[in-house]
Amino acid sequence: MTNAPRLRAPRQWLDPRVTTWWRVLVALPVAAMSALLLLLGLVIEAARWWLVAPGLAVAAVGGIAAVVLPRWWYRLHRWEVTDTAVFTRTGWFWQTWRVAPMSRIQTVDTTRGPLQRMFGLATVTVTTASSAGPVVIAGLADEQARDLAEELTRITDETPGDAT
Amino acid sequence: MSTAEWRTLHRHTLVATAIVLTGLAMAAGVPTAIGIAAGTSAQVALAWVLPGVAVLVGGGVAVDHLRWRRTRYRVSPTSMELRRGIVVVANRSLARERIRSVDLGASPALRILGLVKVTIGTGDGRQGGAGEQTLVLNPVSRDEGERLRTLLLDRGDPASGGERADQPLATWNPAWTGYAPLSFLTPLLASSAVGAVFQVSEWFGRQQVPIQVTRDLAEAIGPWETLAGLVAGFAVVGAVASSALFVEAWWGCRLDREPSGTLRVRRGLLTTRSVSLEERRIRGVEVVEPLGARSAGAARLDVVATGISSDRKKELSVLVPAAPRRLVWAVAREVAGLPDAVALRAHPVRARSRRLWRAGVAVVAMAAVVVAAAAGPLPRFWTWVIVGVAALVSAGVIGLAWDGYRGLGHGLDERHLVVRRGSLRRSTVYLQRSGIIGWRIRQSLFQRRAGLMTFTATTAAGRGRYSIVDADEHEGLQFAAGVVPGLLEPLLIRGGDAGVSLPAEPPRRGGEADNSPGDQYRA
Repeated sequence: MTNAPRLRAPRQWLDPRVTTWWRVLVALPVAAMSALLLLLGLVIEAARWWLVAPGLAVAAVGGIAAVVLPRWWYRLHRWEVTDTAVFTRTGWFWQTWRVAPMSRIQTVDTTRGPLQRMFGLATVTVTTASSAGPVVIAGLADEQARDLAEELTRITDETPGDAT
Repeated sequence: MSTAEWRTLHRHTLVATAIVLTGLAMAAGVPTAIGIAAGTSAQVALAWVLPGVAVLVGGGVAVDHLRWRRTRYRVSPTSMELRRGIVVVANRSLARERIRSVDLGASPALRILGLVKVTIGTGDGRQGGAGEQTLVLNPVSRDEGERLRTLLLDRGDPASGGERADQPLATWNPAWTGYAPLSFLTPLLASSAVGAVFQVSEWFGRQQVPIQVTRDLAEAIGPWETLAGLVAGFAVVGAVASSALFVEAWWGCRLDREPSGTLRVRRGLLTTRSVSLEERRIRGVEVVEPLGARSAGAARLDVVATGISSDRKKELSVLVPAAPRRLVWAVAREVAGLPDAVALRAHPVRARSRRLWRAGVAVVAMAAVVVAAAAGPLPRFWTWVIVGVAALVSAGVIGLAWDGYRGLGHGLDERHLVVRRGSLRRSTVYLQRSGIIGWRIRQSLFQRRAGLMTFTATTAAGRGRYSIVDADEHEGLQFAAGVVPGLLEPLLIRGGDAGVSLPAEPPRRGGEADNSPGDQYRA
């Protein structure tokens, strides 16, 4: 098949600051867990090395993951908005492309979690009438997310129909 | 016009409440009375139990009376209003043009009194979502229920004023009951019967009794005979229970197309139900053939429609229960306006290998269990039982893998996307192409290596998503792009023969568009 179609990656990348956000997201639970283990190891003398050793191991593995993985994730996540549809691609083990046509978009939400706010990031969630899950772009720069949401809302308002 | 008057619910609701509460009181009171009487005397027991029953029934009826007095409804030319509430008065009104469903239901107590419960819904919003609004009138007389149903659902189509007769699409045949024991409910219900036996023996503090009885039986007639007997008993109990449920739910069912553009399902032996569905909400049909029913040449017809509860227990989307396949397909064609059968494309053989691999893992696990059992200190009898079960399970999963692959298929007609899949639950869905509101395309690591992809069409109707599983990635993309023209096209590249892999380099800064023909792939 010479003319066999393939899927290309959507054109847009997330904001680079998203890697920092992801690092914190990985580091926080890792830090909490290893701190707990180390603390217990200090208190409980009888089982000290049974607690301290796993605590250090968790910290080491988690630390490496927090440094390495987000950079890799950054390459995987892509999105694109055309005149007709919103596209995203996510995941590696289950690489997933999602497509929502403009004419079927019901709501466009922008949310900013407390951590995201620290890094000036936002999430844009595009829902359709299907229960199969929304199209989520998590990790855009604030103003970019706002512009995108506004643009999508404008386009969908101009499109007639009840989106079902 | 009388339609704008406030009306009350039917006053016999008090009788219905009294009947139900008396039944409840009997169920709870008789065992309690027996329990007390066993310790003391019959008089003491009655002296304790009767006042309780009186308070329960009397109090319940009093509350229901208050509810009945405070509930009013009316149908104005533009809206349906309900006013109710004992402490806080709530007013609720639905615009009539938004009303999409009027369902009638009658429990046995209501049926005796000639009453029905009316549920009026707007059917918008996502499934179970916030948009859905319902009004419940519980109860009104059967005639009033019918009047409301026709009044609220009839959009007054003057063109069809002449012949306003229902068109029957399917009617009940008692022979269908024969398919009920083949349902997956059979083992499920039998298991709960076994659970109930143990539960009851525990209430009486004799958990050991069922086990002891089995053991005695095994000593008397031999272990294999006992096992065979138990399996047979299990099957019979399950078959009887599932048949009973089927008959209760579906006795006398009929599917009609009404002149006002609605489909109506009426069914039920003790509790009767009537479900109406506007045809313009229909986005397709699904012919479901569970393994058991399929082996007997039977199938079930579900409707794929927007704003219908996907709650499987309520079976609201079922149009025809387990019935002969040819009849079900005839009704499906009638309901969805299908042309003759669409030829489905088979999926690549690699999809079968995937399934056989998975089955192989299960077989290896079974073999491990057998080895462990043989090495362990189990009696011979149990070892052989485990070997037998493992052999059956292994044969079963391999069979399912094979059959699951044979079931895979996808196709297209002028108006529908057709997807077939599944073995335990073989389903063929005809989904209107205009009802598809997006795609989710997924490829796992293993699928990538086999060149397969899963294409999920999302829709507002039915289960919300219907998947073409394990299609060839190139053929599937070509196909999916053709289902909804233009939608996937911007994401496709044609020509060349590079494998899909990680994208090259992220942009240097700012996360802006990487507009160089930037999505080169590394081979």
